[in-house]
Amino acid sequence: MSVRHALLALLSEGPKYGLQLREEFEERTGEVWPLNVGQVYTTLQRLERDGLVASDGDGQDGAQNGPQKGFRITAAGAEELAGWLRTPPDMASPPRDELVMKVLVALRVPGTNVQDVIQVHRRYLVELMQQWTRIKENEAEDDMSLALVVDAELFRLDSVIRWLDAADGRIKRAAADPPTTTGTTTGKPNAAIGVRRRVGVRK
Amino acid sequence: MSVLEMRRVSRAYGQGAAEVHALKEVSLKVDAGSMVAVMGPSGSGKSTLLTIAGSLEEPSSGEVLVCGEELSKLSGNARARLRRRSIGYVFQDFNLLPGLTAAENVALPLELDGVPARKARKAAVASLDELGLSDRAEHFPDQLSGGERQRASIARAVVGEHQLLLADEPSGALDSVNGEAVMRLIRAACKRGLAAVVVTHDAQLASWADRVMFLRDGRVTDQTAPPAGPESLLARGAGQ
Repeated sequence: MSVRHALLALLSEGPKYGLQLREEFEERTGEVWPLNVGQVYTTLQRLERDGLVASDGDGQDGAQNGPQKGFRITAAGAEELAGWLRTPPDMASPPRDELVMKVLVALRVPGTNVQDVIQVHRRYLVELMQQWTRIKENEAEDDMSLALVVDAELFRLDSVIRWLDAADGRIKRAAADPPTTTGTTTGKPNAAIGVRRRVGVRK
Repeated sequence: MSVLEMRRVSRAYGQGAAEVHALKEVSLKVDAGSMVAVMGPSGSGKSTLLTIAGSLEEPSSGEVLVCGEELSKLSGNARARLRRRSIGYVFQDFNLLPGLTAAENVALPLELDGVPARKARKAAVASLDELGLSDRAEHFPDQLSGGERQRASIARAVVGEHQLLLADEPSGALDSVNGEAVMRLIRAACKRGLAAVVVTHDAQLASWADRVMFLRDGRVTDQTAPPAGPESLLARGAGQ
């Protein structure tokens, strides 16, 4: 989450004070991203240094003058914000996912029932989803920001469970019908090695 | 009080070498006002569990009690009566009769149970109204959207004195917004005192339940603990 761009977004609505920015930030993110006031002022200082926001008053030590200091977005800040909104985050590199690692390692540890390992994680994730769904059911119906944040968490957790389900099915099928050939035969070994390196899998 | 109780229920199909065990010693209790989800992959026995719970199929062994009545001790007619009076079903493909309007579909189980037509219709319209479908009561299923059809089938499942709602992938054919609306309606029915069992492979659906049971190769292998309050998530600044 970019606090820097979130503050620029809030200032794009009009000039605001530091404390007001903190309150509105928490409100707009469904109050699931607490932000301390120090973080707000440090970020504002940097934004002012970079010419993306300007402060009221004498222009000296602008962001350090406390809660009564007002801030407004500059033209450069508006341009930065518009560019950020349309720049997709980097999702091309597979993350080094701890859960994926645990399942891969479980396959190699003698005497480990991988399906039991998968089920422990599946249950934990479903329990987390139950908690998020309760928040959606009870608190998010009239709060669009919170509903969007909760949906994002639910879809994220759901995608991990789907991966666990797929892994479970794949392992079960492989156990029932072990492959008769091994190795890469697709003619594209380099691409496969590249992906392996990126996800941290070693043969 | 448990509205549904299954005690060591097993179901096998075929005989000898061809015998397949769809359910193995499954025990389950669902109280009034609560929702239990049963999750598992295809072929894990979810649908068999639901048809046995709904007395549409008999177990090979074990006992099933609905509203305190042991199904195996009831005559065929008494079982059918209990089914009509106490159990509502929601299916993925809605199962509405195409030649009947939404109101007629909802009224049908009541009329079959001997409720006079006018009274049944009144209850059906009230049930459709609760689900936001009062202006669709006279429409035929093919004149309704997927979401409306599923709401009509929930209206049929909760109408009258039904105490147990059994749902098989109830939002499987719907988009996520309509799927959520369906789950909210099932939760609302539970808050009014119904007991519900939802079988699904979808974690988003299952997460609406008070308890999630995991079925694998016909056995219950695991279940969730009661969910913690929202404070535990909100207080830790999730997503940071």
